This record gives sequence, C-alpha cells and structure tokens, in this order.
Amino acid sequence: MSVTKEQVQERVVEALASFGPDADTITSSATFEELDIDSLDLVELAQIVEDEYGVVLKGEDMKELNTVGDVVELISTRAA
Amino acid sequence: MGDKRRVVITGMGAVTPLGVGALPLYERWAAGVVGIEDGMGACRSFDPAEHLSLKEARRMDRFSQLGVVASDEALAHAGWNDEKPYDPFRISTILATGIGGISTVETNHDVMRQKGANRISPLGIPMYMPNAGAAAISMRHGLQGQSFGIVSACTSGAHAIGLAARMIQYGDADAVVAGGAEATLTEFGFACFRAVQALSEKGISRPFDVQRDGFVMGEGAGVLVLEEAEAAKARGANIFGEIAGYGSTSDAGHLTAPDPTGRPAATALTLAMHDAGVTPGEISYVNAHGTSTELNDASETLALKLALGEYAYKIPISSTKSTIGHLLGAAGAVEAIATLQALNAGVVPPTLGLEVPGEGLDLDYVPGQSREMVMVADGAPVALSNSFAFGGHNVGLVIKGHG
Repeated sequence: MSVTKEQVQERVVEALASFGPDADTITSSATFEELDIDSLDLVELAQIVEDEYGVVLKGEDMKELNTVGDVVELISTRAA
Repeated sequence: MGDKRRVVITGMGAVTPLGVGALPLYERWAAGVVGIEDGMGACRSFDPAEHLSLKEARRMDRFSQLGVVASDEALAHAGWNDEKPYDPFRISTILATGIGGISTVETNHDVMRQKGANRISPLGIPMYMPNAGAAAISMRHGLQGQSFGIVSACTSGAHAIGLAARMIQYGDADAVVAGGAEATLTEFGFACFRAVQALSEKGISRPFDVQRDGFVMGEGAGVLVLEEAEAAKARGANIFGEIAGYGSTSDAGHLTAPDPTGRPAATALTLAMHDAGVTPGEISYVNAHGTSTELNDASETLALKLALGEYAYKIPISSTKSTIGHLLGAAGAVEAIATLQALNAGVVPPTLGLEVPGEGLDLDYVPGQSREMVMVADGAPVALSNSFAFGGHNVGLVIKGHG
C-alpha cells in the first residue's frame, strides 16, 4: 500500500487540529511552537501515525522535527 | 485570636448541580430547589466549551475543568481580573479532590485492554493525578506560590480551606486560591460507592430523615479567594467574610464507619471554635455534613451535642447535601461557600427531603423551607461548617460573614 504525501499531510493536519489549533493555521511551514503543539501532542501524533501507517516515530525522531512539513516528510518517506 | 494574621474571603466561585456560579448554589437551595435528578447530582448546565478552549478542555479531566471554571469566577469576584494584587510567589493554590481524574483512568484503562499498553495517552497521568486541578489553576492564573492537591475523601475541600488559612496566618502566603473539585459520576464510580453500600438505593438525599438510606453522589467544585485581612483592606477589596477557625482530628477507628460516639468529630469542632475564639452561644448556624447515611447523621448529631452542649438544640442546622447530593472532595469547599452566602443573606436554607427525623435525631435540622437567621451575637455572624470522611477524617471550619 502506498500513500501519497498529500494524504499524509491531510491526516496530520486533521490530527493536529484535534489537539487545538485552527486547521487553517496548520500549514507545511508552520512550526510546532507557533501552533502551541508540545511534546505531549507529538506523542499523541506518533500514536495516530503508527496506527494509520505503521510508521514508528520515536522520541529521538520527534526531536528533529520543527514544522508540520518536517513530520509529513518523515512519515511519507518511511511509509513509502 | 492573639496576634494571628486574619484570613478574609474576597472571592467565591462554584459549579454545582444547581448551576454554574456561587449565586445559583445559594439562591436555588434557599428557594427549595433540588439539584438531584435520576439519583445523581450532575452539573447539567456545565458545558466545558463555554469556558475553555479545545486545547485546555482536552488536557483536563472533568474534575479539573470544574475546578478551573470555579477559580475563574472566584478570581473575577475578588477583582483579580487584570494584574494580581500580590507578588505571584506569595499567592498559593490548593485544589482538593477525593478521587481525582477517575474518568481519565477509566478511558485509558479501556484503551490498554483494547489496543495495548503502548496506546495509552501521554495525557493520562497529567490528567488523572489528583494534583492536576491545582496545577491547572496555578498555570491558568500565573499563581507561583506553593500549590498542591489535598486528598482526604469527603473532608478534602474543608482541609484545603483550613490549611490555606494556616498558610496565610503563618505568613507563607498573602493569598491562597483554595477549594475542592470532584467528578466521579462514572459507571466505575457508582459501582465502587454502591459496593461499599454508601449510596441511596432510592436515589433520594434526605439527611436526618427516618427513611434516609445513603447519600446521593454529586459532582462539582467550589473555590475561594482567601487573603490576609490587612492586605485585603489595603487594596480596597470587598470582604465577604472570614475563615475564623479551623480544627481537624481523626477517628483512628474504622475505615468507613464514623466513630459511633461522635467524640473525635466533636473534638474537631471544638478545636475550630477555640481557634476562632468563639463559644457555642455565639454561633448562629451550623452547616452539617449531613450525608443522608444512617451512620453519619446519627454520629454527627452526637458530635454536635458534645461540641455545642445545650446550644446544639438551639442552633439551626441544615445540610447542603439535601439539594446537591454529596460532592465528596468538593463538598467542604462548596458548603463553605453556601454557608457564607447564607450568613450574609441572614437566611437559613432548609434540609430538603426531611419529613420525619430518625430515632435520636432531635436537633433543629430546619426541615421544609428557609427561615430567617437569628443572629445570636453582635458583630459578624458566625457559622460552623462540618466535614467528615471515609478514613476517619474530621474537619470543623468556623466561618464569619461580613460585619
């Protein structure tokens, strides 16, 4: 099963929006800091991503991520 | 009183089965409204979305949500809307709870069984820990003095107020945001309290009545803003009353049953009166613990006779639990708020549901409807508010209204 980057983007935006920020502020270049997304939110996101795409994101992976685009890129690459 | 710093009440907030706000709690109770429906005291008019952002709401268990919303009202009532009147490190926070975030525990336990241990939410612990409510209030309002939860079952809220007063008296804080919150109206919560045979099978709260058969569980929160008296006066605060005395003891007896003699409970009440420097003859009203259980209402009656002597028969006594049920760890705080409003209105709200007192229950429990409060002494009116708990904890608070 292959998944497109657009599909991943859509799912990530949906997940992040469920944590609080308005969906229209969740752009590829938006930083987690700007969106008030913290480490607890990222653990929740990692659980959703693993359920959805079988991609395991560990703590060290998440530390490198600053923007929505970063996480979409990482998931798309690993899910491919 | 000696040279103790005095502790005044400058703000109140509540969310109860009678509505969102401290005023509906008192006004609706005094009007004879029962907030219990379907055998529980649920905060039906509380919608978290009206008070909290999505992010805030999903990071708080319901008990914390109730506590935070009560704190918002209390701080606004105290006129703390903009800048805090004290150094933030001199403002403490205590939010008591009997149980903590039980619905969060249940949800995550279900997730663990259904999807595995690695699917438990990272928000699980920070939401269900019993100190979560205190943490949420401290963060929301930028209060940087000491903050923590207090856990003593059904005396939690009263312990929070008593120990908050001590903090101010000792000089560790100039102000404390103190209260209690509880939200245990879940399948598991009901099952547990039913198992210990504490709940009314008929779902009716009728403290001191011959037909009483247990308490009705409720949920909610009560929060007070307490300030050192001179500092409060200096900033021109509205002063609604005073936490004048606090006393607390333990039965050191049975896990759930109160000491049948009422002696340890009476000692807590006596200590509270000594602390306040008042005698039974100066007390105009007693807000009873009055759970509607067979054991409490009997032992509390004995405790009142021991603590108040002949005045036990003269002072009107009523139970807030007759209108909202038993709010467990929030009860002491919510009832202190109801007591203060009753003192300041000069009205004794009734013990609803009481028709025929049980055997040996021969005090004036104010059945039927509200009556005018007879002020038995000059100066600020004085009330005693009782709280007793599983575990054998006993707390008496002496509360004064405005002078």
